[in-house]
Amino acid sequence: MLLYLDTLIDRVAVASRWLVLLAMLLVATHAGGAVNPETIRDLALGEGDARASAIAAIVASGDPSALSLLQSMKDGDVKTTGDDRVYLIKGEEAVDLLTGKTVKPVPDNLDDLVINNRLRRELGMAIAALRLSSTERAARLAAARELQGGADEITLPAISAALAAETDAEIKNILALTQASVQLSSNDKATRLAAVRALAQSDSGSVKTLLLALLERKGGEYVERDAELRAEAERSLRAVEQRLSTGEMVGRVFSGISLGTILLLAALGLAITYGLMGVINMAHGELIMIGAYATYVVQNIFRQHFPGAFDAYLLCAIPVAFAVSAVVGMVLERTVIRFLYGRPLETLLATWGLSLILIQSVRTIFGAQNVQVENPSWMSGGVEIMTSVVLPWSRIAIIVFAGGVLALMWVLLSRTRLGLFVRAVTQNRGMASSLGVPTVRVDMLAFGLGSGIAGLAGCALSQIGNVGPDLGQSYIVDSFMVVVLGGVGQLAGTVYAALGLGVVNKFLEAWQGAVLAKIAVLVFIIIFIQKRPQGLFALKGRTVEA
Amino acid sequence: MQRRSFLQRAALSVALSCAGFSAGALAADTVKVGVLHSLSGTMAISETVLKDVALMTFDEINASGGVMGKKIEAVVVDPASNWPLFAEKARQLITQDKVAAVFGCWTSVSRKSVLPVFEETNGLLYYPVQYEGEELSKNVFYTGAAPNQQAIPAVEYLMSKEGGGAKRWVLLGTDYVYPRTTNKILRAFLKSKGVDDKDIDEKYTPFGHSDYQTIVADIKKFAGGGKTAVVSTINGDSNVPFYKELGNQGLKATDVPVVAFSVGEEELRGVDTKPLVGHLAAWNYFMSLKNPENDAFKKKWAAYAQAKKLPGADKPLTNDPMEATYIGIHMWKQAVEKVKSFDPDKVIAAMGGQSFKAPDGFTVKMDEKNHHLHKPVFIGEVKADGQFNVVWKTKGPIKAQPWSPFIAGNDQKKDEPEKK
Amino acid sequence: MPAAFVPLNLAVGAARLSRFPAHLLWIAIGVAAMVLFVVFPICNLVVPATSALHISDYTVTLLGKIMCYAIVALAMDLIWGYTGILSLGHGLFFALGGYAMGMYLMRSIGREGVYQSDLPDFMVFLDWKAYPWYWSFTQHFWYCALLVVLVPGLLAFVFGYFAFRSRIKGVYFSIITQALTYAAMLFFFRNDTGFGGNNGFTDFKRILGFSITAPTTRMALFAITGAALLGFLLLGRAIVHSKLGRVLTAIRDAETRVMFSGYNPLYFKLFVWTLSAVICGIAGALYVPQVGIINPSEMSPANSIEIAIWTAVGGRGTLIGPVLGAAIVNLGKSWFTQALPEYWLFVLGLLFILVTLFLPRGVAGLWLKRRA
Repeated sequence: MLLYLDTLIDRVAVASRWLVLLAMLLVATHAGGAVNPETIRDLALGEGDARASAIAAIVASGDPSALSLLQSMKDGDVKTTGDDRVYLIKGEEAVDLLTGKTVKPVPDNLDDLVINNRLRRELGMAIAALRLSSTERAARLAAARELQGGADEITLPAISAALAAETDAEIKNILALTQASVQLSSNDKATRLAAVRALAQSDSGSVKTLLLALLERKGGEYVERDAELRAEAERSLRAVEQRLSTGEMVGRVFSGISLGTILLLAALGLAITYGLMGVINMAHGELIMIGAYATYVVQNIFRQHFPGAFDAYLLCAIPVAFAVSAVVGMVLERTVIRFLYGRPLETLLATWGLSLILIQSVRTIFGAQNVQVENPSWMSGGVEIMTSVVLPWSRIAIIVFAGGVLALMWVLLSRTRLGLFVRAVTQNRGMASSLGVPTVRVDMLAFGLGSGIAGLAGCALSQIGNVGPDLGQSYIVDSFMVVVLGGVGQLAGTVYAALGLGVVNKFLEAWQGAVLAKIAVLVFIIIFIQKRPQGLFALKGRTVEA
Repeated sequence: MQRRSFLQRAALSVALSCAGFSAGALAADTVKVGVLHSLSGTMAISETVLKDVALMTFDEINASGGVMGKKIEAVVVDPASNWPLFAEKARQLITQDKVAAVFGCWTSVSRKSVLPVFEETNGLLYYPVQYEGEELSKNVFYTGAAPNQQAIPAVEYLMSKEGGGAKRWVLLGTDYVYPRTTNKILRAFLKSKGVDDKDIDEKYTPFGHSDYQTIVADIKKFAGGGKTAVVSTINGDSNVPFYKELGNQGLKATDVPVVAFSVGEEELRGVDTKPLVGHLAAWNYFMSLKNPENDAFKKKWAAYAQAKKLPGADKPLTNDPMEATYIGIHMWKQAVEKVKSFDPDKVIAAMGGQSFKAPDGFTVKMDEKNHHLHKPVFIGEVKADGQFNVVWKTKGPIKAQPWSPFIAGNDQKKDEPEKK
Repeated sequence: MPAAFVPLNLAVGAARLSRFPAHLLWIAIGVAAMVLFVVFPICNLVVPATSALHISDYTVTLLGKIMCYAIVALAMDLIWGYTGILSLGHGLFFALGGYAMGMYLMRSIGREGVYQSDLPDFMVFLDWKAYPWYWSFTQHFWYCALLVVLVPGLLAFVFGYFAFRSRIKGVYFSIITQALTYAAMLFFFRNDTGFGGNNGFTDFKRILGFSITAPTTRMALFAITGAALLGFLLLGRAIVHSKLGRVLTAIRDAETRVMFSGYNPLYFKLFVWTLSAVICGIAGALYVPQVGIINPSEMSPANSIEIAIWTAVGGRGTLIGPVLGAAIVNLGKSWFTQALPEYWLFVLGLLFILVTLFLPRGVAGLWLKRRA
């Protein structure tokens, strides 16, 4: 009961605030008065409710600078010196918002204002309400999206007004759905019916909750008395649910493919160093890590020397990550691994030792903590294909990137002289050597290639996960599973295995949770190997022992 | 000398003629203390910096005359995130190096592993990390938070109007004891506030989990059913992929705020925090606190990091466990000087009631009985620069409840260590 | 691939070692027994702590732990060094033995836990009301001792039967054993599983009624571990020198030829694989009361790789090699983590690389070379 009372009080509070807002909105465009300093003090330094009404008052004041004021407040450009002074920081100078005077230079003891989520949300709503009438389509679209979650009866007229004036189909669509979700609780049956019908077009989970509420039963009785409305609600609900489950499926397949390509990237390098060359390379994970750190270093160089071109750092980091890991790989090959060809289990020991050394070196140089690798702005956020399904750009980019790496690798191995040599050495080292293939050089280059691809994987992984000394450790086991499941020495097998494991894992995870999904995948690998002891794609041969 | 004697003893099984060396008599002007933090393995990411802050504090104390006129000599060991090795190293510190106190451990399992050793040998451990409670040992002083000093205030805040008035809860954690226990306590607490079971979703991921796509999608789905908040007890390393996924999938703090109990300044070092502005963390200390003690603490740390050329010294960060380490070492010094002895029993007796003007801006006190600190609670929102903006705090330090009243049977527990 | 799994050069070494004169062997064993069962107890329990001859509790627990590792390395050697099958999952069998013993130790705590309940503490706060079925009878020591042998043994038997029947070999076998231990680790990490999750079992109080922290109990455990190590060394020697041992070595060197000669390698492999797992289980059971904790990280893939490394450092295909390897690596670890806490991984990593490059037959190989 107490809860309900709470909600009621909440609603009344919200309503009264928006009433002020709305009443003022109507005059807003004409008024053009200035914001009262008291209001600004309340907004900046007041407590919860005082700040909320300050926002309403600022919106209502009709001051043309209201939007930019609220926006700078939200962006954190409004600061205080603690002695009841509020400044708006504009680069080199600051404006004292209470007196209107410009102060130069900026006072040095500035403090950020305390902006909590409630204030941020209300600022967002106010800014959105002001922006609904913007001339720019993007601004209106963003405003409409913002209002989607927070509309109520009070904002309804504003939304309806904007809807009537709107010409853009997408914005119209959003506003119409927002309007309908509010109109559900209208008193007029026809309006409600229309609203319920309109909501059938929605793909949002919160609409589903609204519709479900119409069909709720309490003590055997429907809460909603009107049978016609219930039937309509049921129909709309089915449409929404259909769309939601499609969205869920799309999201799941996407995340499976995304996980698959990450496994693929991590395993591709290993497919060369281990699959083709037979080196059980336990330092493979560390080569990935080195690629990620190379990306980090390139990022820092860009931040320091070319801040203007920061977004391009990743493009530059790709070749650098490849080169650094490839060089490290070739050095390892020259100094340690070349003495161990034909003794793969001993490469396991030596490369394990190498991996310990590499981890500790990175820890000594860069510290034990994670380092920050920032997404370039074009990789932040995602593409919203439905309200419930956002496909992050970073993941899309990685999928494309993995495809590119795979294609390049295929061309390199099957269409170039080096690729021919690598395959020749893999199949019969002695014969290749006597035919004049420089096996020593080929070994070094092939190992470098595998290591370089590991570096590329690191560059990609830095965009979605940790960059720390232990980065490689978390991928090494998975990489081996992928290569072995695919069939050692079979690139196609590696691809199928990686994508298959990714998708299976994600579907199991949605069903049974992350831990059991992982266990199930491992058990699946064990059982699968029983059926095909040489992996998915076994090398065909006539020897008794393949 | 100690090390050599150790090797010799190892060789004793072969050669009996070894000249052993056992009594590790303290040299007149120094006192040994142990630092037991993982410097390699999975926990190095969190623990390395605690070793450094401990060494800094020793330097500081030595510069001002040491403890009872004796200089502190730190014995640093690396238990390598390996739990049996923790126990072995603890025994080595106490019985071979004869240290007067040990500062160390991060994970609960490492503490559980060394606990029997400390109790058997009557050692003294200062544990600086927030944990699940449900433990009270005579030989341990807990300078991190118990659940009532972190988890419960955070959830209360999220339920309040200022915090967004959350009605539905996702309790998300890594599958081990701290998240399990914390979530158990929180579930009982939420129920006492009238939240239905169907409005609570408890989820666990394995250690080192790095793919949070499904989890974030599930949170979104769950949030469709009403105002939702996420309580995250995800462990260290998994936080970066989780937050990156949150940011990229466009789940904003104004829609679904995430409050974390294991994410501080250090953890955010590896994340681009711009998309995360507004997500929350609850701690007993934030680097962004403004008070003279904290300014001095931060300055000392920055100077130390630069002087020692520590990695990351260009951006020196302080966090809650570092502060707790700092408090622990100072309180140990105070207790030793009060009883003028390094004897563990005497120091333990003197610890109760010690108080210290801490960088959190309050004078924190060691409880007279229950071996936990009275600490203030702060709730901070992530800012774009990776620091926290305090949006809520307690009026003053609050007393720890190692035995949470929300776990059945704990009302029978005494608020002090059992006499053995 | 399998050709690469046949370290032919080891065959020679093994043959040489078998010529180790029998009387010398018995003398060596007698000396070791003297040291373990007479010198250590006296120096630890009787000699006062102030004396130069005193052996501290720390040394005793450390060496006890290392002897457990040595047993595991020996088990690994039987399957890898002598039969040519590399397991990257031996940590699992070790941990299972440890857990079986841990269950008994947990039950023996009785009501002395934090919650003074009949159930272990972790069950109390996870709201278990009674022991799950698989904890039945674990209050009896002999039942748990049986589990120590049976659980790893059965698991190895079933797993090995299917794997060897499918003729999974070489690195494929290594990787699925790794998958097995990894899956088991994740499973045991789960708190729902009823094995204490990440915290595992700790805070043991007594074993067979004796206080687990009493010096005499510690010494007894130490001596039993020593006896087990000696026993398994002798057992290993008996196997290696028997006809069975020859077949195993033959399987390692040329499995196809063994088949063509009319042997079915399946049962030979299965036997030594299961035996190896059981030995690991026993080592685990001896390990847990001495270190006081068992938790799923013992099953992590890295731990199993480390077991292989001990064996390789010491010398595969010799019996004394794995024991030396386990001792060298672990003593090194204990020492360097204190002497060079920030750099010890460099030392350890370098050790592995140098041993692989310059001592392909391990430390024991040095001695073999000198004899040759």
